Amino acid sequence: MSSIWEYANPKKFIATTSRLLPWVTGLAVVLMTVGLVWGFFFTPDDFRQGSTVKIIYIHVPAAMMAINTWAMMLVTSLVWIVRRHHVSALAARAAAPIGAVMTVIALATGAIWGQPMWGTWWEWDPRLTSFLILFLFYLGYIALWSAIEDDDTAADLTSILCLVGSVFAILSRYAVNFWNQGLHQGASVLRAGALVGDTEERVSNVFATPLFISMAGFVMLFIALVFLRTQTEIRARRMRALLARERMQ
Amino acid sequence: MIALLLRDLRLAIRAGGGFGLGLAFFLIVVVLVPFGVGPNSSLLSKIAPGILWLGALLACLLSLDRIFALDWEDGSLDLLATAPLPLEAIVSVKALAHWLTTGLPLVIAAPVFGVLLNLPAAGYGPLVLSLLIGTPALSVIGTFGAALTVGLKRGGLLLSLLVLPLYVPTLIFGAEMARRSIEGLSAQTSLLMLAGITSAVIALLPFASAAVLRVNLR
Repeated sequence: MSSIWEYANPKKFIATTSRLLPWVTGLAVVLMTVGLVWGFFFTPDDFRQGSTVKIIYIHVPAAMMAINTWAMMLVTSLVWIVRRHHVSALAARAAAPIGAVMTVIALATGAIWGQPMWGTWWEWDPRLTSFLILFLFYLGYIALWSAIEDDDTAADLTSILCLVGSVFAILSRYAVNFWNQGLHQGASVLRAGALVGDTEERVSNVFATPLFISMAGFVMLFIALVFLRTQTEIRARRMRALLARERMQ
Repeated sequence: MIALLLRDLRLAIRAGGGFGLGLAFFLIVVVLVPFGVGPNSSLLSKIAPGILWLGALLACLLSLDRIFALDWEDGSLDLLATAPLPLEAIVSVKALAHWLTTGLPLVIAAPVFGVLLNLPAAGYGPLVLSLLIGTPALSVIGTFGAALTVGLKRGGLLLSLLVLPLYVPTLIFGAEMARRSIEGLSAQTSLLMLAGITSAVIALLPFASAAVLRVNLR
């Protein structure tokens, strides 16, 4: 029985992920195509929202990934602090820009949907505001990575920033909740999965099935991107080491 | 510890910069706001608590990079790190010195600047109280940011980018407390939350700052 920590070896990581990458990418393409095409063309229009409701097939998965990316960075940062595996730190570094882009996608699609539905592009609603703050956290994290030259120092500092930032991000979420009442609907997606109960607020199953497929597609897309970007980071670091060695001779 | 605190205080007061600069910056922000939004006094009195909180926050931010930068340059930070005092205590003392030279003067000056912004009479007490409770959190969080960026050559801009998102909860509860009491609502929740944030931050964040500083001194 091999331990999971074997994959902390960069060579092993690259070998395994290279084998997995085509499958994950293929799965992401298939799931996203099915989910989005089904969602866009084969679901009925909502009787109040019309066809604008279909933006949820991008908005909800992107928002979900924006939060989960930070959670993944938190885990890999902890692994770096505790076990000092370089691959872990590089994976956190590789994930950050993806999370930032997901946050922007969620904010942008939300604004596009909000214009006809709420009559405004932007509202200082708790969910919207806390997503903007989350975006600022991503920016700070990425900026700190790129500002420090020494790799190990950068990994240490950013992982501590990630830990502290997580606490403050959650704190901001609740502070913002207290500060302004919301326009955004509450959590209704997970309740759609539970088939029992027929409240008016839950997302109807007609919309839910393609939504879950689309969410799975976004998860696969994220995994594929993290694999690819982490490989790139490892190779870039290896190249720098080789160049440095050559200059020594 | 006390010796270090006195040393930092003396440096801040005598070396120019830090002590008066934050206050002057606060004053300028307060003076500039009416130029920006117009001299409408009812509007000004409505946004006064927010402006005063923002001004205090920015003035605090302005002096953050001085917490460690000078000691880093002349090497005294290395000496402090090897001193028998734990680094956590040094970081806390530094934050305290920063608060005494920046936060406390801002708290004392805030009522005077409140007059300039036509702050309603009911707002003075809560505003000063919220600043008194909130500004220590600003100093401690700022010390963490300063410790993160101490080794960088152009750390100033990055420091603001890192620290400002961390200031969000403090700012929300602090400004909310002043605003609610002006409107005659109960401000107890925000007061307790603000106090909670400040005490939690004082208790926990020095460990993170010290860990970061150790990495930077390696």
